[in-house]
Amino acid sequence: MSTTIQTPLPTLTAKDFATDQEVRWCPGCGDYSILAQVQKIMPGIGVPKENIVIISGIGCSSRFPYYMNTYGMHSIHGRATAIASGLKATRPELSVWIVTGDGDSLSIGGNHTIHLLRRNFDVNILMFNNQIYGLTKGQYSPTSEENKVTKSTPFGSIDHPFNPLALAMGADASFVGRSMDRDPKHLQYMLTRSHQHKGSSFLEIYQNCNIFNDGAFEIFTEKSTKPEETLFLEHGKPLVFGASQNKGIRLDGLKPVVVELGENYTADDLWIHDERDFFKGQMLVRLFDDPNKAGLHYPRPFGVFFETDRPCYEDVMAMQLEEAIALKGKGDLDKLLRGREVWEIAG
Amino acid sequence: MSRKEELLQDVVIKFAGDSGDGMQLTGQQFTNNTALLGIDLATFPDFPAEIRAPIGTVPGVSGFQLRFSSDRVFTPGDLCDILVAMNAAALKVNLKSIKPGGKIIANIDGFDNKNLRLANYPDGVNPLEDGSLDGFEVTKVDVTKLTREALKEFTDLGTKERDRAKNMFVLGLIYWMYNRKLDNTIDFLTEKFGKKDTILRSNIKVLQAGYNYGDTTEAFTTRYKVEKARMAPGTYRSIMGNQALAMGLVAAGERSGLPIFLGTYPITPASDILHELSRHKSFGIRTFQAEDEIAGISSAIGASYGGHLGVTTTSGPGMALKTEAMGLAVMLEIPLLIVNIQRGGPSTGLPTKTEQSDLLQAYYGRNGECPMPVISASTPSDCFDAAYEAARIAVQHMTPVILLSDGYIANGAEPWKFPKAEDLKPIEVTFKEGLSEDEPKFMPYKRDEKLVRPWAVPGTPGLEHRIGGLEKQDVTGNVSYDQDNHQHMVKTRQAKVDKIADYIPLQTLDSGPEKGKVLLLGWGSTYGSIKSAALELQAEGLEVSHAHIRYLRPFPRNLGEILRNFDKVLIPEINNGQLIKIIRDEFFVDAKGYNKIMGVPITKGELVSAVKQMLEER
Repeated sequence: MSTTIQTPLPTLTAKDFATDQEVRWCPGCGDYSILAQVQKIMPGIGVPKENIVIISGIGCSSRFPYYMNTYGMHSIHGRATAIASGLKATRPELSVWIVTGDGDSLSIGGNHTIHLLRRNFDVNILMFNNQIYGLTKGQYSPTSEENKVTKSTPFGSIDHPFNPLALAMGADASFVGRSMDRDPKHLQYMLTRSHQHKGSSFLEIYQNCNIFNDGAFEIFTEKSTKPEETLFLEHGKPLVFGASQNKGIRLDGLKPVVVELGENYTADDLWIHDERDFFKGQMLVRLFDDPNKAGLHYPRPFGVFFETDRPCYEDVMAMQLEEAIALKGKGDLDKLLRGREVWEIAG
Repeated sequence: MSRKEELLQDVVIKFAGDSGDGMQLTGQQFTNNTALLGIDLATFPDFPAEIRAPIGTVPGVSGFQLRFSSDRVFTPGDLCDILVAMNAAALKVNLKSIKPGGKIIANIDGFDNKNLRLANYPDGVNPLEDGSLDGFEVTKVDVTKLTREALKEFTDLGTKERDRAKNMFVLGLIYWMYNRKLDNTIDFLTEKFGKKDTILRSNIKVLQAGYNYGDTTEAFTTRYKVEKARMAPGTYRSIMGNQALAMGLVAAGERSGLPIFLGTYPITPASDILHELSRHKSFGIRTFQAEDEIAGISSAIGASYGGHLGVTTTSGPGMALKTEAMGLAVMLEIPLLIVNIQRGGPSTGLPTKTEQSDLLQAYYGRNGECPMPVISASTPSDCFDAAYEAARIAVQHMTPVILLSDGYIANGAEPWKFPKAEDLKPIEVTFKEGLSEDEPKFMPYKRDEKLVRPWAVPGTPGLEHRIGGLEKQDVTGNVSYDQDNHQHMVKTRQAKVDKIADYIPLQTLDSGPEKGKVLLLGWGSTYGSIKSAALELQAEGLEVSHAHIRYLRPFPRNLGEILRNFDKVLIPEINNGQLIKIIRDEFFVDAKGYNKIMGVPITKGELVSAVKQMLEER
């Protein structure tokens, strides 16, 4: 997104972004927090309210536009990305946000998601991942873990789940990040970063569905386990985690290794995070093992995994039009209708 | 050698060969040459779905039929006067479509043992030798040998490359036969191969060799001439349906001030619209080749939501994929143009053959009560007007509109007395610019006298609002599950589409008396055949009239009245009876159908017989 502010804007607050519609998510749903953080950052992003558009698909998260006092469309299942592509292609000046879920963006809409990312439209995808189908009442989703018992998998799911960020990296997303509903400060930071990025931003947000998949991310969000199980990425800083910042990740050749800081290793030995390093980004998204399995494992990273600058589809598209006009002049309808060869029939 | 010259009124010629023989190009060149002389014409390209089916086989035959006349023509003709057969398979496929006593020009090389075998002729049977063609006037020409000979001096060309110019030999020969000049084809070749000098010179050489061969051989005793047609005065050009449709969209964009956005996915026979529009960037037209059919229409919805005119183009299978998004557009009540160039179905069906079998899909093929206007195009040049009109209805009535064309008119060509830009009625569009003083809050579903809601696009201060696929509360547009509201909204969406009937022209008769015995009622690409049949029947003094429907949903207000002015109604369609179902349903008329579902147009002759039979029935 463009970070320049053209005109002084009236000072708005989060309240100005709320609508008169009653919010109808289940009490305790993680969506409430995400809505609150989005409303909080909106006054500060430097875009007039009327230039903000939120487009969603279908699913619990996709009710989002109704609660945001901006332009919005609650569209059809999986297609928010495709609709947003058409909108952004024709109205590049708008700030377009796509609100979607793990089913909406990775299952029924998986195709549009990867194609949007490769084209690099300058839009922000907020992918609420709760690892379950909530709106249809509790079937497994493309991000549910193997063996998960749900309404549609009484004997356990035999599907292997997507790693959403690896998928985004594979589709050449120009901004890849992760945050969570229960860390408001981090989420606000990540939302702002997503907005500031010029190009497609893919932000996965861990969101707790307290009805059908309660506690799916507890290990990353609860005070007791969070420090050991999460790794907050900061550009230029070593990968350090742990309750007393006593652990780190070091690269042993091409293999990331968890080490204790102290006698053998200092922070200087660790992997230094570089948001612009594609290859490191590819490895970081793969720190994705199941924390509930026994044995040594990696903490789950949060933050900006990767960011790069690449031309945006809508800009190149506009440029082609300008070039055509510069070359041939503005289209002349009479000339077009006449074509190359005509003949006269006399009266 | 002295030769007879004969003046002809009407000629149907078909170029047929292997799909690699360049018959489409040959046909198009002859078409342009004919058009530039002011001779009326209609074409029917007929090609296989395979890009290169096995060489020499029956499935690989590609044909191009052209009818030209000093009288007006409305169809490419039922049967051919001349068939050019480049190989045995081409003859086999087209034998039944040659007039008795018609001419066959056969390329001898295409009838060797190998080709005969590939065309599945029994061992030892060669139709050129066994007398089976005695009812025709057969001229055998060794096109391959003569082409190679003409290119003797082109030593850097291999045999394969030389043989590729065969079609130019045939074209040159036919040019000679019809007293034509070679200029326009030489210009075409120069533009096409200008940078490849050898290829250019060799093609021109073969073209001239074909022409000279006609002049020197004694095989042809007569040259023919067809005079200019008596057409309305004006300036004409040749046009194909998809090209005209694309231009109609450009024109609608220019005359409405709305930039056009085409979101689409390639599919036969609609892709040429994408090809054409992608060239017209200087008109501010954005074309987006999406990842699939659904993304095609969805991106067009996004563009319309943003205040552009969103268009998506497709054919039957693509329509099936787009249906859910069409429902969204109906719910959102935003302008959108969905163009369906119909082809044979169901499923993948007959991709390169024509059919009118998606009418009921256009009418009903969506979940829920989901009415949308349906417009149809009836000839290649009419695709221009139909597209322009469909765009007008979409933006002025805030609704998705389906425009139906088909493979026959999409690829067919005819002379077109094209309009001037200033003569096209401007398409007025109103955007809501902001809240007026008596509006405390924006009501996105508050309707005007046409039952149309305001078009408020993102970026307009004060009009921030949310829309979506969930049922809307009347006026406010908020989500509503209220039972009375749903009934009201379903009825309102229907009434809004029905009301469009007040903003379209009344139905007229294309020909024939206002009251009579039989009304031929058609829609779409059957226009030419029905018109020709009606004119012939009228010339015989029969009380037969022809009405052709452009506005299929809603129908013009007076259509019922017209139907009741006739004893009988016959509805010819290239499907299993679709318009007829709707007509019977809406008007309780005991219409009869004439249905041909062979992937080819209905012929005039068939229709004339069908009507006569109908007249005899008591």
